[in-house]
Amino acid sequence: MQRYSGFGLAKHALSHHENWERQWRNPTPKKQYDVIIVGGGGHGLATAYYLAKEHGITNVAVVEKGWLGGGNTARNTTIVRSNYLWDEAAALYEHAMKLWEGLSQDLNYNVMFSQRGVMNLAHTLQDMRDVQRRVNANRLNGIDSVVLTPEEIQEIVPIMDCSKNARYPILGASWQPRAGVARHDAVAWGYARAADALGVDLLQNTEVTGFKIRDGRVYGVHTNRGDIEAKTVGCVAAGNSGVLAKMAGFRLPLESHPLQALVSEPLKPVLDTVVMSNHVHGYISQTDKGDLVIGAGIDGYNGYGQRGSYPTVEHTLQAIVEMFPIFSRVRMNRQWGGIVDTCPDACPILSATPVKGLFFNCGWGTGGFKATPGSGHVFAWTLAKNQAHPLAAPFSIDRFHTGALVDEHGAAGVAH
Amino acid sequence: MFLIYCPHCEELREEEEFHPKGQAHIVRPADPEACSDEEWGDYLFFRDNPRGIHHELWVHAVGCRKFFNVTRNTVSYEILETYKIGEPPRITAESLASDEVQGKVQVASSGQQTVGATNATVETVKGEKA
Repeated sequence: MQRYSGFGLAKHALSHHENWERQWRNPTPKKQYDVIIVGGGGHGLATAYYLAKEHGITNVAVVEKGWLGGGNTARNTTIVRSNYLWDEAAALYEHAMKLWEGLSQDLNYNVMFSQRGVMNLAHTLQDMRDVQRRVNANRLNGIDSVVLTPEEIQEIVPIMDCSKNARYPILGASWQPRAGVARHDAVAWGYARAADALGVDLLQNTEVTGFKIRDGRVYGVHTNRGDIEAKTVGCVAAGNSGVLAKMAGFRLPLESHPLQALVSEPLKPVLDTVVMSNHVHGYISQTDKGDLVIGAGIDGYNGYGQRGSYPTVEHTLQAIVEMFPIFSRVRMNRQWGGIVDTCPDACPILSATPVKGLFFNCGWGTGGFKATPGSGHVFAWTLAKNQAHPLAAPFSIDRFHTGALVDEHGAAGVAH
Repeated sequence: MFLIYCPHCEELREEEEFHPKGQAHIVRPADPEACSDEEWGDYLFFRDNPRGIHHELWVHAVGCRKFFNVTRNTVSYEILETYKIGEPPRITAESLASDEVQGKVQVASSGQQTVGATNATVETVKGEKA
């Protein structure tokens, strides 16, 4: 792998940047691998990378039906935070946060992780109680989190309407300074390049059409490019997890919904943090390019169409304009939807399944991007050792039968 | 924006008046106390979540406030029929597959989001066709 550096940049400038080597190979599928990862998004590529790096398992294939990072990795609003309420979820997301903090160096790839802070607004007395409870829980778990007053909020975000006359006046907020945003595509590409360098085969345009199962044990997958064998298969397919589970003969406690987002025309820098509001349903940040990135709640119906309904967009923009009257005449450039696999308790599933050797990492719902490194890290551990990583153990699929749910609807935020 | 035919109001109304309530035809166990943890968990949480034909429950939340069922394609989002609670769906994944073989039904091309704009679609929505 060609290492990226300032020196390299200068060297390649001499040849007009025409001789950069390809970031990853485009290999032909082998007949057999030690591990197959189904799904080449951020989580799948991270899993493959940590399998190779931490566990020395390099005979790995990532099977992707489209192109790398072309699903929800390319469709989210890039927010990274770890201020979750319950111990189990906080531990998992904080694990991811710590990996985020060293990720660009680890991958030798600039993922543009920018810790610009994330603010969760409170508009009612109950919101305030929830914010205080969550901040206290976060601090007990060693996660940086503080309660802000409206005056402090106004100082951080001068353009927000913090007056008492607003329709839903802002009473306070929780604030995680270490949270922020990252460049979503770069995360997938960085993991792909690093995994490829360690020997992982990234098989694009390869769609899994079925599983090879014998005596309740998986031993490979059928694809449109022929059969591939492996004793361990990890599925990281987000919205399409339910479809894969059906192929393997079981059901998941998931529903796939459209989740929409939109970006505006580029503006001069005006918002240097991330603002989220559960109550009025909207979240917003500004990219380095200047676009406002705006997210919404899910569309309530099941959908695999990667688009949603217009009323949801309208509802979100109403909330944004209510909080930021200055944006009322900003024009929106693009709008899209992703398929999110929502779980009844708004927490992921990192679990073995009724089929031996077949593992699922899914159910991240509306908040998977922030967990990308942590999800890949603990899932790789789980696949390598054939047992749940201690951080993944509470997120077993069994919890929907035992009742040990981890209810994160509050901290999962606006999107639910 | 969906235009949804409410079988109670017998009118096509805009999506904003309705709320989707998830998979339809889920039967509550007659004796919950007798259920095993598996049966009860399956009833509460596990869903079909198909890519394709889906029977789902909707409520006309700011209209008549009554519940009814919808058969909808979860990829094209086309609404194929709406029907009252207690009635069976006329269109299922199986019936559609066999009709398609015989060339009876044209499945909407994906990319169609708005339903109900033409008379032909309205007929389909009412369940008079297909």
